[in-house]
Amino acid sequence: MRPEPFGALLYHFGTRRLSFLKNQRVLTVVRSLADHPSARSACAAAGVTAAELPAYTRALSALADSNMISERTQV
Amino acid sequence: MTLTQDVTAGAGAAPGKLTDLFQLGLDAPICLTWELTYACNLSCVHCLSSSGRRDPAELSTAECKQVIDTLERMQVFYVNIGGGEPTVRPDFWELVDYATAHHVGVKFSTNGVQITPSAAARLAASDYVDVQISLDGATPEVNDAVRGAGSYATAMRAMQNLHDAGFRGFKLSVVMTRQNIPQLDEFKAIADNYGAQLRLTRLRPSGRGADVWHELHPNAEQQRALYDWLVAHGEQVLTGDSFFHLSAYGSALPGLNLCGAGRVVCLIDPVGDVYACPFAIHENFLAGNVRAAGGFESVWRTSPLFASLRAPDTGGACRSCGFYDSCRGGCMAAKFFTGLPLDGPDPECVQGHGASALAAVSGSATPKPSVDHSHRKVPVTIGRRRPPDRGCDESPLAGFAAG
Repeated sequence: MRPEPFGALLYHFGTRRLSFLKNQRVLTVVRSLADHPSARSACAAAGVTAAELPAYTRALSALADSNMISERTQV
Repeated sequence: MTLTQDVTAGAGAAPGKLTDLFQLGLDAPICLTWELTYACNLSCVHCLSSSGRRDPAELSTAECKQVIDTLERMQVFYVNIGGGEPTVRPDFWELVDYATAHHVGVKFSTNGVQITPSAAARLAASDYVDVQISLDGATPEVNDAVRGAGSYATAMRAMQNLHDAGFRGFKLSVVMTRQNIPQLDEFKAIADNYGAQLRLTRLRPSGRGADVWHELHPNAEQQRALYDWLVAHGEQVLTGDSFFHLSAYGSALPGLNLCGAGRVVCLIDPVGDVYACPFAIHENFLAGNVRAAGGFESVWRTSPLFASLRAPDTGGACRSCGFYDSCRGGCMAAKFFTGLPLDGPDPECVQGHGASALAAVSGSATPKPSVDHSHRKVPVTIGRRRPPDRGCDESPLAGFAAG
């Protein structure tokens, strides 16, 4: 993941796919996913409102579909 | 509102907005092309870097590793290594290993000459290295006419070795020409047969390509056929985003529909010169050299040439055209090397504006490449020796009696 003025670029070496995060807040959400029990809580902590949540859900789903993010392994 | 976008699935997901962001350039290239050597065992007639002979000033192993260190620091995701034939560098594998160990992915283009069974096994074992085998005809006749005798067999052997080693999804890379566009389905069949992915790219009038472009570039009907074929095959077929000028036919093709020169891509050549794009090896597009103080990072961030390429695009003569938002005026290098103004239509403009512009260009107006490493063609005379005109043509001491 590489920060850029508009958000960030993500590259997956396994799938060789490139994705973009189009603003700073979605970047904050993605970066903080590991520190939160759920994606919903990461969004809330980044200040995502209820009205904005569907767009963030779609964004995170798209990233999960392309294996850019994945469910953490239970320990 | 979309918050993410996958570039390889970019069509339809608000590509316009992303294109606008990229138009102004990135902090570092997404990927860049790095030609490691001008040396090549082949002499393809359309070689865009006019390769053949090694340049004595090519970057040393240590200098190449410094460049890789810089790319790692800048978080460049991967480099497209090419040449020349990059695998003829004795330190080729050492540099590939160094790059991947430093989190810079490698995709390299080769004619296949060094892809032996053991090289193929080594490549199959790495997640961070991808290979592109170049082939410009689905039959030996079409391919070898452009790439040279025996080059079809070399490429097929390399693909067989990669397949046998278990490498899946390597790339079969084809430059589209008037001669091979009728073979699109055959190329797809070859790729499928070897477990490879087909990658089609645009012929540019760059390097030696300028000499043959008028005979090799697809005609208007073929461009339409190619566009329809690309639309039908979607993301199964890669294009290096090189056919964005065809987007003016209708819906945009997958990928970035934008000239990335100096904005998201660039070229480092074998002697460390940094050009705006791999198709623009000419002093007009030279941004700096990695050997200078500040290295590649400084060239990318401070070059006045790159700053000018990142400035908002006015569209020039194309601005009044209703298709400008689709094709963005096409390829800078294609315009430059055919003698067309950079702010006008692409020579292969699908609306026909390029053809009329080309008709007005005189042959002497086309720029000549400023770098040429082509193999020298030494005329060889076979047959009976001509008697010398003078004795001293044979020996500087002719006529002097030993005393």
